Amino acid sequence: MSMENTIADRRFTLDRAELIRRLRALLPAHALLAEEEDMRPYDCDGLTAYRQLPLLVALPESEAQVQGILKVCHELQAPVVARGAATGLSGGATPHPDGVLMSLAKLKRIVSVDPVSRSAVVQPGVRNLAVSEAAAPYGLYYAPDPSSQIACTIGGNVAENAGGVHCLKYGLTVHNVLRIRAVTIAGEIVEFGNAALDAPGYDLLALLNGSEGLLAVITEVTVRLTPKPELAQVVIASFADVRRAGDAVASIIAAGIIPAGLEMMDRKAIHAVEPYVNAGYDMEAEAILLCESDGTPEEVAEEIGRMTAVLEESGAAGIRVSQNEAERLKFWAGRKAAFPAVGRLTPDYLCMDGTIPRKRLAEMLDAIAVLSTKYALRCANVFHAGDGNLHPLIMYDANQAGELERAAAFGAEILELSVRFGGTITGEHGVGIEKIMLMAEQFTIAEIDAFHRVKAAFDERGLLNPGKGVPTLARCREYTQARVGSVATLPRL
Amino acid sequence: MDTLIENWIARVAQAAGVGGRLAIRGGGSKDFYGGPQRGEVLEVGGLRGIVAYEPTELVVTVRAGTPLAELAGTLAGKGQWLAFEPPHCGPAATVGGMLASGLSGPRRQAVGALRDFVLGVKLLDGRGEVLSFGGQVMKNVAGYDVPRLIAGSLGTLGIVLEVSLKVLPQPVAEKSLRFAFDEASALRRLNEWGGRPLPISASAWHDGVLTLRLSGAAAAVAAAQRKLAGDLLDDAEAATFWVSIREQQHAFFAGEEPLWRLGLPSVAEPQGLGPTLIEWGGAQRWLRGGDAAEIRAAAAKAGGHATLFRGDDALKVSVGVFQPLSGSLARIHRNLKQAFDPQGVFNPGRMYPDL
Repeated sequence: MSMENTIADRRFTLDRAELIRRLRALLPAHALLAEEEDMRPYDCDGLTAYRQLPLLVALPESEAQVQGILKVCHELQAPVVARGAATGLSGGATPHPDGVLMSLAKLKRIVSVDPVSRSAVVQPGVRNLAVSEAAAPYGLYYAPDPSSQIACTIGGNVAENAGGVHCLKYGLTVHNVLRIRAVTIAGEIVEFGNAALDAPGYDLLALLNGSEGLLAVITEVTVRLTPKPELAQVVIASFADVRRAGDAVASIIAAGIIPAGLEMMDRKAIHAVEPYVNAGYDMEAEAILLCESDGTPEEVAEEIGRMTAVLEESGAAGIRVSQNEAERLKFWAGRKAAFPAVGRLTPDYLCMDGTIPRKRLAEMLDAIAVLSTKYALRCANVFHAGDGNLHPLIMYDANQAGELERAAAFGAEILELSVRFGGTITGEHGVGIEKIMLMAEQFTIAEIDAFHRVKAAFDERGLLNPGKGVPTLARCREYTQARVGSVATLPRL
Repeated sequence: MDTLIENWIARVAQAAGVGGRLAIRGGGSKDFYGGPQRGEVLEVGGLRGIVAYEPTELVVTVRAGTPLAELAGTLAGKGQWLAFEPPHCGPAATVGGMLASGLSGPRRQAVGALRDFVLGVKLLDGRGEVLSFGGQVMKNVAGYDVPRLIAGSLGTLGIVLEVSLKVLPQPVAEKSLRFAFDEASALRRLNEWGGRPLPISASAWHDGVLTLRLSGAAAAVAAAQRKLAGDLLDDAEAATFWVSIREQQHAFFAGEEPLWRLGLPSVAEPQGLGPTLIEWGGAQRWLRGGDAAEIRAAAAKAGGHATLFRGDDALKVSVGVFQPLSGSLARIHRNLKQAFDPQGVFNPGRMYPDL
């Protein structure tokens, strides 16, 4: 099975000239791209191994234009893929060959920041970090901080239910969004949630978070702002043994501590990062933990003391506490630059996103080491250890025959193990096209069918982001049959 | 499969076949909540027990009929709890009823709502299928977030069999303070304080008195106590007070007058609609009596909504329990009901008359 196959499980026959004529009537000339060279920059998201030209690219500048485009597409039965900054790693914004790729990048206005109600109203194309910057003068910030926060947009964050390094304490996107204004494929404007803490009826606000652009197109989001803690400090603990580092994570939680951030990096990741950003990591360590405390100065002092004691008891070989804000940011800079740092070591890499119960961390690391040998590919490991979310970075060279396929097979085995360990195939990057076949590993046919019914409740004709997120039932059966007696049958590229 | 579940599958199939209706009932502690119950009662309290609990994972998986008090006791044994402080509404309360009602207690303003702690749900739907969504880990974006959709759906989408919840360590220290403020000043202060990094875990204003609870590290609580001043409540008195708010045993909630719950932006002005008790930093306001149309209009104007939380069946039927939905939202609701319960077997009218 190939990428073309899963995206194009449904093909749509439509008159391109008619679609162009109808959309031209709605949009200024520069907001509709139909030439191949103009559309080329839109042919993929962060999952660059998969590229596909859409039929057309639309760049609406207002909600009314979004609504108009969707009405036309609904009427002509054209598929629509919404896209923000396209930093997503699972192919959620990969275009459909028969449809419109709708970039929301021009909807980038911060509508309002209200320090009293601690909320901000923003358009979907606003960058994650720009929200915190706008809130900073009031001592507030937007808590979810995915590593791509300089570039990624709020619309995409909502679509993927993005996490970050601080979500153990401050939650995911779903915990920090109060209201979503969106347009359905039929062109109706709907508001999910409100400016209060809850809304009547089913919790559709929660359902929209992480729905990967399959239910509606977001045009405005109200986010919750959080008071900036007076102080934050981070402890770096280095370990001579990965297993001990994993156990230390469990011990911290067992001690009743919820760190503001709890991250782990293995030797390969440390060696990728340190020469690149000089974060001050211990190059001798097999693993390091970054453990952050925030709050009032008194609270931080108390918690750092407790954390340090637990880390020492857990056999940390070295412990350093950030002494000022500059040093704290330096310690984090290494972690936040882990993906680009690994990118310097290899022509290409695949980033996995399984989540497992914390207690299986060490076991998973052992298994990854074995798989690394099996597939003859290097793998650096970066974990959101506090919530068991793994980001193994599998290094490969797409120009070497068979390496991409081996990398994908390696990744799929990690995700199958994640499910077997009681976890999930994706913690925060989404299913997209990358992991769509593995949905059949995690869910039964009846459950997949229920997902299709949820989709149909919003988009009866299945026009929003078809071929993403949820596999067709035929694909599930295919996957299940292929799995019988085979070790790894994977979404080959 | 558990014989109880097999029996329920048969009951659901039978009802679906003949146009029958089932009223799902756990402990019955929340019978008062939602629209009048219709249909044959299906007792589901028998499916009990904690399936898995590992304190270091911060996750508990529990069968829906398990008494809430039993779960709370088990968690307390490990120094943990359900941080959203769910109202029990009586000793018979079950975990399934807690999930179905979706109610959160005083700590909601600080830690989030029940739905924020739901990680996974096992459900028996109206087609007789047992379905699992979500899981036992904190971060999981595989498939739509059905577990949070089920939270607060009042049993209209299926019978909850099992739930996985995120649990948290109990705070080390807790103190409650009291202040004399009128309603407008209390709201102003609550919003001011909300914008500062203070460990406020609950607030309740009624009749000129604001009570504030601080929770967290001992040092943080002590520092906040100094900053905020206010009169310190005796620990035992404070504990009793917050239970009385959570369980609506406070004098404000006594009597037969209808009880309205307004979910409003915390910054909404005093509504002047009658006797009021304010929680959640201004975002949850309770009202006794009043005119339904006037209350609903005021709530909508302020950017929120009003629920007839307690009232007699006649009133519930005439004004509806929940704020009416817009046309497109109502249609999505009906479609989702259809997706999980195509024959309309479960809890008809418990949320909206047409669901």
